Amino acid sequence: MEKYKVVVIGGGPAGLAAALESFKSLDDKKVLIIERDKFLGGILNQCIHPGFGLHYFKEELTGPEYAHRFIEQVIESQIEYLTETHVIDITPEKEIVAVNKKGLKRIKTDAIVFAMGCRERTRGAIMTPGTRPAGIFTAGQAQRFINIEGYRIGKKAVIVGSGDIGLIMARRLTLEGIEVKAVVEIMPYSTGLRRNIVQCLDDFGIPLLLSHKVVKIHGKYRVEGVTIAKVDSQLQEIPSTERFIECDTVLFSVGLIPENELSKKAGVVLDSKTGGPVVDNTFSTSQKGIFACGNVLHVHDLVDNVTKEAQTAGRYAAIYSQYSELFENNIHINIVAKEGIRYVVPQKLNKNFVQPFVLRFRVDNFYKDAVVTISNAGKILIEIKKSILTPGEMEGIEISQKILSQLEFSNDIVVSLQNI
Amino acid sequence: MQKNKVTCILCPRGCTIEKKAQGDTFEFTGFGCKRGMKWAKEEFTNPKRILTTTVHVKNGEIDFVPVRTNIPIPKEKIFEAISILKGIEVLAPVEIGSVIVKNILDTGADVVATRRVGKKDSSDD
Ligand SMILES: Cc1cc2nc3c(=O)[nH]c(=O)nc-3n(C[C@H](O)[C@H](O)[C@H](O)COP(=O)(O)OP(=O)(O)OC[C@H]3O[C@@H](n4cnc5c(N)ncnc54)[C@H](O)[C@@H]3O)c2cc1C
Ligand code: SF4
Repeated sequence: MEKYKVVVIGGGPAGLAAALESFKSLDDKKVLIIERDKFLGGILNQCIHPGFGLHYFKEELTGPEYAHRFIEQVIESQIEYLTETHVIDITPEKEIVAVNKKGLKRIKTDAIVFAMGCRERTRGAIMTPGTRPAGIFTAGQAQRFINIEGYRIGKKAVIVGSGDIGLIMARRLTLEGIEVKAVVEIMPYSTGLRRNIVQCLDDFGIPLLLSHKVVKIHGKYRVEGVTIAKVDSQLQEIPSTERFIECDTVLFSVGLIPENELSKKAGVVLDSKTGGPVVDNTFSTSQKGIFACGNVLHVHDLVDNVTKEAQTAGRYAAIYSQYSELFENNIHINIVAKEGIRYVVPQKLNKNFVQPFVLRFRVDNFYKDAVVTISNAGKILIEIKKSILTPGEMEGIEISQKILSQLEFSNDIVVSLQNI
Repeated sequence: MQKNKVTCILCPRGCTIEKKAQGDTFEFTGFGCKRGMKWAKEEFTNPKRILTTTVHVKNGEIDFVPVRTNIPIPKEKIFEAISILKGIEVLAPVEIGSVIVKNILDTGADVVATRRVGKKDSSDD
């Protein structure tokens, strides 16, 4: 059986960056990437719009261009990779079971990096009533059909959800000559970046209907339209505000879920808030030798953050393959999300690696003029003022050596938010 | 209607930049950096956008290659540019960065490929 030091599952930006970093840190260079798709690059291959890499490369790239820079390095370094190969199981002995055209493959490794990305929530996940005709897609599915396969998916569309993917697809459909009747958002705010609202909706005069939901889909064989209605502050439909919009296509862009089927099989403990594994600052999961990064860990809005996080995960996976004893399970202090903070990643700090890291978190609501504090043993270690915080934007705080040196290790680290 | 408020799109901060008349000149407020202010001035007078779309590829491992303009082009030329690109077919292999259309619509912008597309592997079908 083939044997590796580190095997990375998933060849998207997270997997590529993790593999490159593991490779750099190892002497014998036995690193493998396994990707189920035909090409490396992950979801970026279908994200042909600009907006990637501003933080990491200080220039604005499209998805495929961003991916290309890492794919090139992987090829130049001669890191081994398998495409069109689907990992289906991981045994407790860290044997990876994968299938491809040639059949079943078993691979042995010291450390594994999970970089499987995420999948989209569907119409079913938000329980939209009505018939089940043709013409209903998730936004990412439509993106793949249009940008990679080149299909024309309809003539008149309504988009449900105003996160970045919904907004970007509104523009993409418009450029393809498909009329976007409206973007319907149940919340009173869009979770998309403001620049996407400007460039994708305002530019083309596409209405954004906040505090609205689709209450019914009509049509027997093909979508014939949707009924929308206003909702109140409890997100309940307000009677007699229904309105029919004629369309033949409905795109759902209603959230992403980390892809953790494999993690569950491997017995990795998941966080109910992020939907991804619980990790420490080395990105080690509860299963020794299994690390996680990118959208499989928690859903990111910027790929630049994915890259940085994955580099750390890749580096520690390489360290694990040499010094596994440093990653025991009883050597952690907890990092806890309190008032106003929906979740934090990492959720633990490994006492053997008290090294600077970025604490990432999302807030649970829309906040103006608030203070985020990080405290430990009743003492405030950091206080950061923020003029605006929204659930749609992931925040990050550098935890420096100086802060770490003040920690009392018998106590939790607590992250919370206060209004001013 | 002349807009007097724009949202900067250069970075994720998305500052709202306002234009106010100060006698004969204008004053700009709300920007988070100089680059943004320069951008806003142009957005008030001649808004430009990077255009991204796909172009047909003949004999490639995939049938469409993603493309972009290498610099932003005037907003009002976007649809005209799209219709030109719809009628184009390039032959694989296509290298990343190779020019698909030079100086499209006299905007000074080249349309370049944003992905490498190899030739179709005959064992694929
Ligand atoms: C529509 C859209 C627009 C976006 N726009 C922007 C933007 O403008 N700017 C920005 O910075 N970011 C943007 N993002 C976010 C960014 O693209 C993601 O955060 C990033 O791609 C996540 O990387 P990843 O490697 O974790 O996941 P992915 O790119 O999803 O890669 C995961 C890979 O794992 C593979 N895989 C999964 N399971 C298995 C298995 N069992 N075996 C083998 N392989 C497997 C998948 O095939 C996939 O290739 C956007 C995302 C989307 C979907
Ligand atoms: S003005 Fe500067 S800081 Fe503000 S959004 Fe534009 S580029 Fe970003």
